[in-house]
Amino acid sequence: MSTATMTGRPAARSETRAVPTALGGLVSSTRAELLRLRKWPAVWVLATVWLLLNLTFAYIFNYVAYATGSSGFSNEGVAPESLLPELLPAAIPSVFTGGMPMFGGAIMFILGALAAGSGFGWGSWKTVLTQGPGRLSAFGGTLAAVGLAVVGVVAATLVLDVAASTLIAVFEGQSIAWPEFGALAEAVGGGLLIFGMWAAAGVLVGVLTRSPALAVGLGLVWSLVIENLLRGVGNLLSGVEYVTNVLPGTAAGSLAGALGAGGAGEPDGAPGVLTVLDAGPATLLVAVYLVVFSAAAALLMRHRDVV
Amino acid sequence: MTNTIVVTDRLTKRYGDRLAVSDVSLTVRRGEVYGFLGPNGAGKTTTLRMLLGLVRPTSGTATILGHAPGESGATARVGALVEGPGFYPYLSGRDNLRVMARYQRISDRAVEDALTRVDLSERGGDAFKSYSLGMKQRLGVASALLGEPDLLVLDEPTNGLDPGGMADMRKLVVDLAEQGQTVLLSSHLLAEVQEICDRVGVIAHGRLLAESTVAELRGASTLLVRAEPLELALAVSMRVAGDDAVQLTDTGVRLELPEDRAPELARALVEAGADIREIRTAERSLEDVFFEMTTDQEENR
Ligand SMILES: Nc1ncnc2c1ncn2[C@@H]1O[C@H](COP(=O)(O)OP(=O)(O)O)[C@@H](O)[C@H]1O
Ligand SMILES: [Mg+2]
Repeated sequence: MSTATMTGRPAARSETRAVPTALGGLVSSTRAELLRLRKWPAVWVLATVWLLLNLTFAYIFNYVAYATGSSGFSNEGVAPESLLPELLPAAIPSVFTGGMPMFGGAIMFILGALAAGSGFGWGSWKTVLTQGPGRLSAFGGTLAAVGLAVVGVVAATLVLDVAASTLIAVFEGQSIAWPEFGALAEAVGGGLLIFGMWAAAGVLVGVLTRSPALAVGLGLVWSLVIENLLRGVGNLLSGVEYVTNVLPGTAAGSLAGALGAGGAGEPDGAPGVLTVLDAGPATLLVAVYLVVFSAAAALLMRHRDVV
Repeated sequence: MTNTIVVTDRLTKRYGDRLAVSDVSLTVRRGEVYGFLGPNGAGKTTTLRMLLGLVRPTSGTATILGHAPGESGATARVGALVEGPGFYPYLSGRDNLRVMARYQRISDRAVEDALTRVDLSERGGDAFKSYSLGMKQRLGVASALLGEPDLLVLDEPTNGLDPGGMADMRKLVVDLAEQGQTVLLSSHLLAEVQEICDRVGVIAHGRLLAESTVAELRGASTLLVRAEPLELALAVSMRVAGDDAVQLTDTGVRLELPEDRAPELARALVEAGADIREIRTAERSLEDVFFEMTTDQEENR
């Protein structure tokens, strides 16, 4: 047993919580969630895995292929010399979103599902929802914090891409030409939308299933298997096509494809990158999915019993 | 400022066919320790969840500090530990409280105060998942105390504690009560709350069977006499206390007589020539009352 016992005596200067407004509650909830996401090893693991994947598939494999004169990853039959322009800083806008619709999206889905779904099993949602901020404010804090985490990951991706491509340019004695700002901004915006949509999907499924394991499983099966199967069927049956053309994965893949992520002359090269939809409709659809997923999750959180 | 902190009116929660809570109308007043008593599965946790806005009632209403459950005006002024502590396992105890302090928009200094109050300062840096059940429970109480709530809701706070931890927890509640803290405390251990609660509500099978002070619920205290010869003791007892107030039991003669008349009874017995083996006050424990009440209810079902 402990030597000291619990006293219950408040310190002289004890602090009283105030009744928050909806907006004030949202801000404090966001700060609280950022603190606990920042200190969560799983978040760092997911971010690191994505950054390594991105570095490997966008730069390392292709650079090794170029340097050794062999065929690059998913670039069979492409002459090694034609790989170099893709590896230089000027190409960042087109390669930036290449891994995002599928692999990156799956990782962001996991992030969202863990962030929103774990609290049910741990009982931490129950604790959070009795702190003061209303349900929408408290859940909005989680959405905002996950959103900021996505912004952080996209920013880190940009830094990594700039560093890798600059290094390659210097190594290969190429003059460094920076990408056009407008194109770069479009690519970063596209990346934010794609990652944001998948993270929001993860949050929604996490809230729906109240179980991060189930949510992650369902999400991976959906984004890696079912969508691809449906698209395969859609190519054979014309009726199914109308549906598969507007699936989240199709929209995200088309957005990346419209940004040139598939690589010149071979738009369907990278896995998950598509050319089904044009830039405008794809962007709009991804944005709509992002909003709908977030809103649906918030409504569920607001109305359901938390036990 | 009103004097009733919690009022419920025919609060009811149905899960499918099962009536978890049925027509519970209770009142918690400012400054009291209210014991919410009932066996496992009686509906205590479900009632508390409804008060906190975690669960929506099927019917009936509740008002907490003048607000509907779950409104910021209510949740911001209530500190709660319901059905076990719920925290982030990967964070330390201290960081868990810091997260809750952010939610409440209070400083990290309040976190240190709260840790000290439950004697967790030294282990505050350890991961929550490494805590023993008792430490987790204490962290839950610390989190409930954070931000000086007007109402403290503790759902079976001694669950999983060893006897020493239970005593500490009781002392904590008594200390808080001395400072005027309103506490709504649920328990299935009747013996442990009868000393610390001002009023109790007894719930079984989702129904509130009684609500009153502990003393009222127990009824008048009785005296128990063992003396020989038994016939003589019985006769003297009836003379002192009245015929209706005396009962012969296995343990001796039971009199409905206040404690301050014990000397008078002893004198009468001695003068009559009886040999006194024992005279003691025998209060009914809440346990007895509770047992009677729940068996009555069983019979009426
Ligand atoms: N989420 C739920 N779904 C179905 N039944 C529930 C749920 N929560 C509680 N119950 C049932 O309601 C009754 C009361 O439970 P509870 O309030 O936890 O009792 P106590 O806290 O007094 O032990 C029990 O029969 C329990 O099985
Ligand atoms: Mg319970």
